[in-house]
Order: sequence, then structure tokens, then C-alpha cells
Amino acid sequence: MSTAEATGAPPAGAGQLAAGAAAGPGAVAAWLRLLRSELRLVFRRLRNLALLAVLAALPVLLGIALRLAAPRGGGGPESSFIDQLAGNGVFLAFIAITVMIALVLPLAIAVVSGDSVAGEAGLGTLRYLLTVPAGRTRLLAVKYVAIVIFALASCCVVVAAALATGATLFPVGPVTLLSGTTVSLGEGLLRVLFVTLYVAAGMAALGAIGLAVSTFTEHPIGAIATVLVLAVASEIADNIPQFAVVQPYLPTHWWLFFDSLLRTPVATTDLLHGLLSFGVYAVIFCAIAWARFTSTDVTA
Amino acid sequence: MSAARPAPAGTPAQIPASQEDGQSAAADTGPDEAPSPPGPSGLAITTSGLTKRFRGGQVAVDDLALAVPRGSVYGFLGPNGSGKTTTIRMLLGLIYPTRGSVCLLGDAAPGAAARVLPRVGSLVEGPAFYPGLSGRANLTRIDAADRTADPGSAPARIDAALDRVGLLSAARKRYRAYSLGMKQRLAIATSLLRPRELIILDEPTNGLDPQGTREVRGLIREIATDGVTVLISSHLLAEVEQICTHVGVMRTGRLVFQGSLEEMRGLDSRRVVVRTAQPGQAAKVLAALGLADIQSADGEVSAQLADESAERICRELVLAGVGVAGLDTPRPNLEDLFVGLTGEGFDVDG
Repeated sequence: MSTAEATGAPPAGAGQLAAGAAAGPGAVAAWLRLLRSELRLVFRRLRNLALLAVLAALPVLLGIALRLAAPRGGGGPESSFIDQLAGNGVFLAFIAITVMIALVLPLAIAVVSGDSVAGEAGLGTLRYLLTVPAGRTRLLAVKYVAIVIFALASCCVVVAAALATGATLFPVGPVTLLSGTTVSLGEGLLRVLFVTLYVAAGMAALGAIGLAVSTFTEHPIGAIATVLVLAVASEIADNIPQFAVVQPYLPTHWWLFFDSLLRTPVATTDLLHGLLSFGVYAVIFCAIAWARFTSTDVTA
Repeated sequence: MSAARPAPAGTPAQIPASQEDGQSAAADTGPDEAPSPPGPSGLAITTSGLTKRFRGGQVAVDDLALAVPRGSVYGFLGPNGSGKTTTIRMLLGLIYPTRGSVCLLGDAAPGAAARVLPRVGSLVEGPAFYPGLSGRANLTRIDAADRTADPGSAPARIDAALDRVGLLSAARKRYRAYSLGMKQRLAIATSLLRPRELIILDEPTNGLDPQGTREVRGLIREIATDGVTVLISSHLLAEVEQICTHVGVMRTGRLVFQGSLEEMRGLDSRRVVVRTAQPGQAAKVLAALGLADIQSADGEVSAQLADESAERICRELVLAGVGVAGLDTPRPNLEDLFVGLTGEGFDVDG
């Protein structure tokens, strides 16, 4: 459709803004009000709360298991962290992220992002929001920001639960990084924060894919399954040597590079590559979501 | 027929009450007795050449030219599948027309949707809300999506809307626990969250029991008395006949009739029915008056009324010495007219 945006594209926003200022609240205040409403919907939904509870419970179980079974260096990627855990509970955060980034965290993001538009379409509430009119671009932007906030919250829940469990079950002190240098507990925690943000950025990129998938269907379960299958397929491809050429371009490839933050000096090249990859994925899939959502007929 | 019938179509449009930009409408909708539709600026909805062809090639709406006068209660009728809902979705910008244009409240869509839709309340294809939220929380959600709504007055406006549809006592109940009638009323409440100039209701009585249908009808009548234009779609003429001033009848994507109820009745000529013990003589008098299509059966003589007045016919009959036991000019049966327009049976959906 050439009339790309029926309900208030940004270019038409100038007049709308003036009208809004005269008649009601400012455009920014109104946008924030819708975002608050969206966040309330996401964070009060029982299913999403259950997801967050699982995200909080797994690090606790992981900590107890590692406390009971004397950690022994295995072959997995988390082995170096596990070696460290006995001496420092902070490492439980890295172990938890490494374990959960494969499936559980993507699952949580897939559920919320896949449900974002498809869920509203399935319920029929989408037609009510659009005739308000919420504005298609505006609604999509709010949806994506809510997904990003949920992704950040998910990562924070994992890390907070892991840190609390780690501090309870293991000694806590200065952190010995993977490169062998030891930094103070304060700097160690700062690095934990950066790891959390990095992983959240990766999850936000997955959220953009979920948002795009969500605009193509009225069935949230289908969208959620699709996102999860895409993430797992990408992870599998990332582990098959024959795919080495495309691996740097896979959406999940850079997720585990958060360990760059645990070296001195920090391997910024890898981190920046990762962040660039997340950014490109977010932009491309938000654009797909926008193109689809603003041009499609809402018949649900 | 019901005594509750509102003003005849001779007074087609009430002047919209206190609208910020209703000046153009007020000028055209004076207390003119002529049943002719007001000028273009007196129209709340116009569409021209509106066409929707779905991807499968099916033409749901074909070259539609709606003209809904301001202040009218417009019954948008047609069997299921005749294109009513598709049209309404196009009016509201939910689906994009293949061809043609929509003009709402004097503003041409689609560019105007963001400007105009805040002044339009709607219910499209049945209620749809978040099942886990209460009625009030659902309305809060809808209101939060409105960028022109004042958040400060939201609680008061939401309670007023709930009160108006009689749901205030059930405001804290989860939507999941609502009965169908309550769900339908909550959907209507969304269109009452703020003052509107136009309210579009798609099958608002669908699936309701007679009690619920009556409630909804009363509510619509109340809304319309405020001067708000109401477009209400239905597949049952009887359901909306009592509250409509105008009707548009759809059949397989096309508008087969549009006009006031009075004009629709005019499609079928009105008849005079005389009850008498002397049918033969009465028939002669009617023939002498020049009335056509005279029929006589068990003490009743009837003829096409044409331009003759009932009073004159009665006088002539009495002067001719015919004992008149009763004289009636019954309204044509709209249901029959409607079925004649839309076709009968299951094959009308094409």
C-alpha cells in the first residue's frame, strides 16, 4: 500500500503534536502513558511472572547443585567459571548466564516478543487499540520498548538471583578474571553489570526478530515457537564447523562473547562486533515489523 | 408496529450539540421538512467508489458510495457476508481500500485517521478485551492508547462510561467472568470514554438475548438523542428499525438502497384498507376517486393510496352511503421490503 501509515506516521506528527498540546497531554507524555500501560500488561501477566520466577529459580538450583557436587573441571564452556566458583560466589552469575543463554533466556524473550502483536490480534484487542487510534507506528514502538525492558529485566533477574545465591553459598571476595588478573569486588560487580547489559542487548535483538514474526500472524503460540526455533537453529548452526563462513552473521553467535568483559584488557573488538550484530538485527527486524504492521489489513 | 418510533424521517438530522468544529454541520441541518439529504458538509460519513478486493480475488465491497447525514441514526443493513464489516473496517482504517476514498466528519481518510478517529467511537465485530483484566482496567488500557485523552480525568471518564452502560457495579470483576451482554456493553463503553461526534457500532446486538438487545437499543437511542451520529450495522432490520432514521442496505458488497426510512417505505406504495359491509359499493367509490389496484376480500376493500388523503376517501365513502366500519392506511412492511432488496435464502452471500 502506498499509504504506508494510516494512523499517524512520524512525518504527520508535527500537526498532531500541536493539536495534542492544545487538546490534551503532550505527545511524549501520552507515549509514556501507553508504555506504562504496556509494561503493566507485560509484567502483571501471570504467564510472564511465572517465566521470571523460573529465571530466578534456576540460578538458585544451579548454585545448590554446584555447592553439593564438588565442582570438577569439565569440557563445557562454563568449566573455567566453575573452577572459580569455589573461591568466589560472584562467578555463579556467569555460570547462570552461560547455562541459561542457550535456551531459557531466549524462551522468555520469545514468549513476550512473539506474543506482542500476535497476542493482541488473537484477542481482537488490536482492532480496539488501532481504532482509538493508538497509531500503528506508535503502538509498535511501545511494544518494542516493552520487549527490551522485559529482556533487561529477565537478565537482571538471572544475575541478581545468581549473585544472591552465590553470596550465600560461596565465599565472596576480589574477583580473579579469566586472564588471571585479580580485581576488587567492586570492579568485579561492575563487570557483572556490563555482562548483564551486553546479554540484554543480545536478547533485545532476538526480541526484534520476535516482534517482526509477531506481525505476521494472529496466533501467538505460532510466533513464539517460530522465534524459539530460529534461535535454537541459529545456535546449532553456530556449532557446526561447516557453517564457519556464516557463523559471525548468526543472531546468536555473539551472545557468549560476554566473557570478553572478564579479561584485562577487555577484548573490545569482540564486544563491539557483538553489539554491532545486535544493533543490525534490531534495526532490520524492527523495519520488517514496521513495514508489515503499517501496511497490513487488520482483519482479526 | 412500535409506538416508540422516533421522529419521522422528515426531520433527518438533529443539530450536533456543542462541537468544537461542527459549524459546517449546523448550517446545513436546519429544521427543513424536506426529506432530501443535507449537503455534503452535513454528512458524517461519505465514501466514494470504495472497493475492497481481498487477496483471494473476492470482492467484499464494490464501488460503495455511503452518505450518512450528521445527527442521523443510520442502520447499515445486509445479510451476513454482504460486506458490512469490511466497510466498517475500512471506515476506521483497519483495512486499506483497494480503490476509492473515505471521508469521516469532513476529513478525508486515510491521512486524517489520526485526527478524526479520536472523535469517533466504535465497536467492531464484537467485544474483545484482555480476559484477565477487570472491566475498569480494560477501559484504562484503551484510554491510555489515546494520545489525545487527558490522563488526569481518565478515572472519572472511565467511571462515567461504565456507569452509562450500567457496569459500574461490575467494574472490578474480571472480563473473563462477564456475561455476553456485559461484554457487549463494555465494548460500547469504550466509545463513550470521551465525547464523540460519530459512533460506529458493528452488530452491537449480536448474540444477545431479547433483554440484552433491548438494553443496547435503549442505550443507542440515548446516545443518539445527544445529537451524535450513529452508524449501526445489523443483519436484522427489525432490530434497528425502531431507532433508525436512515438506512443503507448492502447486498453482496453493493449498496442496493440508501435513504431515510420514509423513503424506504416509499419503495412500496401505501394502501388504504376499508372495512365495510358493502364492499361492492365501496369499491365503486374508490374507483371513482381514481385509486388503482382495488382488491376486495372478506369485508375489506383495499386500494393503492397514491396521493389521495385518507380523510377525503372516508368522506366520499360516507357521502355515497357506504357504512365504514374501519379505515386504515397501514405502513408497508419494511421486513418484506428488506428481504426484497437483499434476496432470500442462503445463497445471497455469493
